This record gives sequence, structure tokens and C-alpha cells, in this order.
Amino acid sequence: MATNSTKANPATDPVMPDENGHFGPYGGKFVAETLMGPLADLDDAYRESLQDTDFIAEFERDLAHFVGRPSPLYYAERLSSELHGAQIYLKREDLNHTGAHKINNAIGQALLARRMGKRRIIAETGAGQHGVATATVAARFGMQCVIYMGADDIQRQAPNVFRMKLLGAEVVPVESGSKTLKDALNEAMRDWVANVDNTFYIIGTVAGPHPYPVMVRNFQCVIGREARRQSLEQIGRLPDALVACVGGGSNAIGLFHPFLSDTAVKMIGVEAGGDGISTGRHSAPLNAGRPGVLHGNRSYLMQDSDGQIIPTHSISAGLDYPGVGPEHAWLMDSGRAEYVAVNDDAALAAFHQLSRLEGIIPALESSHALAYVNELAPKMRSDQSIVVNLSGRGDKDIQTVADRSGITL
Amino acid sequence: MKNRIQHCFTALQARNRCALVTYVTAGDPSAEVTLNIMRTMVKAGADIIELGVPFSDPMADGPVIQRASERALQGGMSLQGVLALVAKFRLENSLVPIILMGYFNPLEAMGYKKFSELASAAGADGVLVVDAPPEESNDINQALTAYGLDQIFLISPTSTRARIERICAVARGFVYYVAVKGVTGTKDIDTDEVSSRIQEFRQMLPLPIGVGFGIKSPESAAEVAVSGDAVIIGSALIEIIERHQGQPETMYDAIASFVKSLRDALDEARAA
Repeated sequence: MATNSTKANPATDPVMPDENGHFGPYGGKFVAETLMGPLADLDDAYRESLQDTDFIAEFERDLAHFVGRPSPLYYAERLSSELHGAQIYLKREDLNHTGAHKINNAIGQALLARRMGKRRIIAETGAGQHGVATATVAARFGMQCVIYMGADDIQRQAPNVFRMKLLGAEVVPVESGSKTLKDALNEAMRDWVANVDNTFYIIGTVAGPHPYPVMVRNFQCVIGREARRQSLEQIGRLPDALVACVGGGSNAIGLFHPFLSDTAVKMIGVEAGGDGISTGRHSAPLNAGRPGVLHGNRSYLMQDSDGQIIPTHSISAGLDYPGVGPEHAWLMDSGRAEYVAVNDDAALAAFHQLSRLEGIIPALESSHALAYVNELAPKMRSDQSIVVNLSGRGDKDIQTVADRSGITL
Repeated sequence: MKNRIQHCFTALQARNRCALVTYVTAGDPSAEVTLNIMRTMVKAGADIIELGVPFSDPMADGPVIQRASERALQGGMSLQGVLALVAKFRLENSLVPIILMGYFNPLEAMGYKKFSELASAAGADGVLVVDAPPEESNDINQALTAYGLDQIFLISPTSTRARIERICAVARGFVYYVAVKGVTGTKDIDTDEVSSRIQEFRQMLPLPIGVGFGIKSPESAAEVAVSGDAVIIGSALIEIIERHQGQPETMYDAIASFVKSLRDALDEARAA
């Protein structure tokens, strides 16, 4: 395994990764030589864009007027009083245009694509939220758009598939492997390597080869910057804990990263425990996997003893992924963040609970974070506070929830 | 015998022949069939065998090799099983170099040192880790080198001069030029472009240059053979294996005649 002799401390050194995309022993660029040139070009273009005040102003303008930012920090009064503990605040990413945090990153990368002169956009999607966000920005910028989606996920997320098509995207079913998100990512990467001259690949999470993890993180950091400022304004101080669900981990890193040097703020990422960690049917690589190399980076993976990637399970398609962003691996190993797992049943209960108590139907992904808050908040004092990332809304999940309850819509 | 790869290229170059490298995924559909395929390839004129280590997520491969990987894993093939297959082949053939081609994760799961030790003991000669550019290869490269294994690297149409120099510094055996922008077996190569790139590389590279990804017929193999030191054929062979699943005898015949047609095409191209 690659080693870094000087062990940096993410609490005091938020400038990770290094120039080759390593977060301690994680991250990097594990791709075939064919992709090294295109990744270097992307890295150059991305770095240049950071120096371009027009680019940054346009990104911020789109976040304000197209996405509808800032998203509110909402005090969940009835949920807080039900749990008899810490005060609970929801960062309302579900109120963004297209209904989830994914659009923040999709806009950033689409602007970068335009800057690089690429007219064709491709993306992978699991639950369909990143696919919808990408199809949306492609329509907005007048670009051709192809979305790769596992054939099984297409079955589970029919409304999002139709949404992408309405937005003018072509949705390509991926029949290989486990027919889910990881296979869609393989297929999108293959498309990219073959069509790199005119094509920009918008990865939806903080995984993939460098510079994707750092680039996606930085586009998503708007969540944490806003939440930090809103906490100071509304609570009068920083929250005591941040809670977010983790599949690949983009909504979590977007919330966590701006708080890294606020060492008093605890950070808890919630993985999908599926049927339970002990059953093996889950998607919790940080809790129950081990480090390895997949999709261009080193991180924790769900794998067998022979290094083959194993099937994952979660009620939430957006968390159904065998890997996790390398920065999360680094934050866990260094102790700065903690990662727990929540089972399908607990997530489902939290889904119903928030719907009834607050009038907000949360995404099943975000419901994992809410389920953990049910355990955490009662152990805290009433003068303490928790910010939960409500990363998406649950309209897309009503079919899954109805099926699970034996209801025919 | 060590340095089979170097010996192979030296001997072929002395006779002005282009090396024929044939790929097969280990365990597709079984270890026994793969061993027979390796024998058949050598008998029909292959100079080097590239043995694929199946992986669940072969991101740089096209659908044909992905399906081969899936069949192999379905049949229970493992990295240990691949090495056992190499050892078996070595019992009857001590000359033909074997290159293991695969992805990082199975090798990392076994451990680089243990893998290198076992692969060397089994009689493998080189290892191509598709998703290991030089930047990420320090540790595995040290282990492979310590056990006398050549790490084979890819170069591509998008490799800059600086990258090629970096690859030269660590590459052993030969370099593998990916002739198309894409994954294995999907596009046809542009042979004129390939030969002009190879002329460029010759100025920088002290090693033999093999060409692969996108060579499907004896005709395109012959065109590449004029400038390349080796022609690598993968997906076209796997398609034959796929077509004859369940009928091993007709599969071996079809492989033998395809490999022989490639061999003849390479030899004629060099004779012309």
C-alpha cells in the first residue's frame, strides 16, 4: 500500500489532497494510461478556473438564481421536542432545483465543460438524482447528454428515468456486472476514454480518479459554508455535531469540509447498513470493508478475500455503492470524523417520522442520517445542536416505500 | 530460465520477425480449457501469452473481455488459480513468456510481495497492471522487480513526451502501445497513425514496442507488423472463445486457424 511518511492532520491542514490527489494513503489516479492525459487536462482546466473571477461569479450566480441558494437551515422544532435532547436543524438541500444537493456539483462541472469547449456531457447515476441534475444543466447549457444507469436501477427509479428523458438526455441501460451504480460508472468511464475529444464526464460523487474527489468536494462545499454562517446567525454559535449520509459521500463532504478546523464540531457520516452489517447485505465499506483500488482511487471497498468487488445492498439506490470517497477514508483513519451504519428499517422509520412531524418527505438516502439523529440527539443536552444534511427530497422514493409497505399506488 | 521476454524479442528480431502476443482470460470458462487454449495458441504460432487475471470491474476493457471475466469468476477462477495455471503450463513449456494482465485490486488483496513471489515461482515473466500508471506503481514495481518480474506499461495516443520519458524510466520487457482511444476491442485502429507514432516513440524508448487494443484481423495485424515489434490480439480471440462455449474441440480448431492466419500475415508483412 502507498504510504505517506509525513502524516498530515486534517484538523489543522485542510489543504488535502496533495498535488496527485492523495489523502494520506487514499485517493490517487489509478487509471489506464489512456486516461492520464485527459485527467491532466481536466486538472489544469480546473485549477485555472479557480483563478478566474468571472468563472466563480457565474457559478455563484447560477447557484443563486437557477438552484435557488442559499438553501435554508431549518429548525425542526417538533422533531427536536420528540427526541428530548439536542436541537435539530436541517440543511434543506431538498429545496434545491431538481430536489437534491447533486445540482451544485453538476453546475460547476458543466461550466467547466463549457470552458474546455466540450459539447457532449456524460454521467453515471444510481438513484437518478445525479442523472437528473446533469440532464438539467446539459439542457440549460445546450449540450448533448448521455446518462449511464444500471438496468436494475432503471427499474427501481422509473420517474427519474422519465425526467432525464424529458430534459432531452439519452439514458443508456447498463447490463454488465451487478447492473447498478458501480457498473454505470465503469461504462461512463469507457465512453469517456473513447470520446474524450468532445466529451466531459461529470462524476456525481467525491470518488473517481484525481481531480474528481477534490473538484466535486469544492463544488459541494457551498453546503457547509452556508450552514456554518447560518448556524452562527440562527443558533448564535457553531453546532455541536454534523450528521450526513454517505454513499460516495459528496453531500457529507460538502457539509463537513468547511468545519474541518472547528475541532469542537463532531462529524458523523452514516452509511447504509442494509439488512444489517452482520448479514453481509449492506453498503457500508467504511464500517465493514477494507482498503483497495476501484474506479481510479484507493479507499475502503466492499470486496471478497480475492479482491473482487462484491454486491451491495441498500433500500436507497443512491447509497448502493461498494466504495466511498477517499477523503472520507482519510477523515475516518485520522479520527476527525466518525462513520456509523443505519439499517434499511431504521431509515424507513425515519422517513415516515420526518414526513409526519415536520411535513417534509426526505429522500431515503437522507433518511439514514435522520435515523442516526434519532439515536444521537437524546444523548445530548437541550442546549446543544445538530445540523443534519437533508440532502434530497423523497418524492422519487414513494414507489419504493409503497412497495415495501405492500401498498399498490 | 530468466528473462524469457528479452530472449524472445532478441531471437525474433535476429530473424526479422514480429512477435505475436495472444491474450486469453484465465478460467474462461475453466482452467482446463484455458490451458488447452494456451497450448493451441503456441502450437499455431503465438510467441508470447498474455494471461488475463479476471476482475469484477474491468474498467479499461470493452464488453467482450468483461464478459470473459464474468464467465471466469462465475467458474470460480481466482488469482491463486491463475498462478496455478501458469505453473501447469510451465511444466510442459519453459520457453514461451507469460505476461499476467489484470487490475490493481486483486494483486493488492493478495499483497504485492506475496503475489510477486508466487508469480515468479509459478513461472510468469511479466505483469501488466492496467490501472497502475507509473505515478501509482512505486510499491508494486519494487516488489515485482525484486522477484525478477518485468512490469509492462501502457503508452497511449494521449501520452505526452514527458509521460513517455517517465514510463521509460520504469518499464521493463516491452511497452504496450494502446493503438486506439478507447477500451479493448471496440474500435478499428488507424494503421498509418500507429506507424508514425511508433517512429516517434523509437527516439525515446529503448524497449520493444507492442501494439494492441483494436487489432482484429490478419490484415490490420500485418499493417502494424511493419512498424511494431509485437502485435497483441485479445478481444478477437475472446470472441471465438465466446462463440464456441460448450464445444471446446471446435473452439480449439477455430483458435488454431485464426492464430495461424495472424502468424502468416505477420511473417509475410515482414518478408515483403
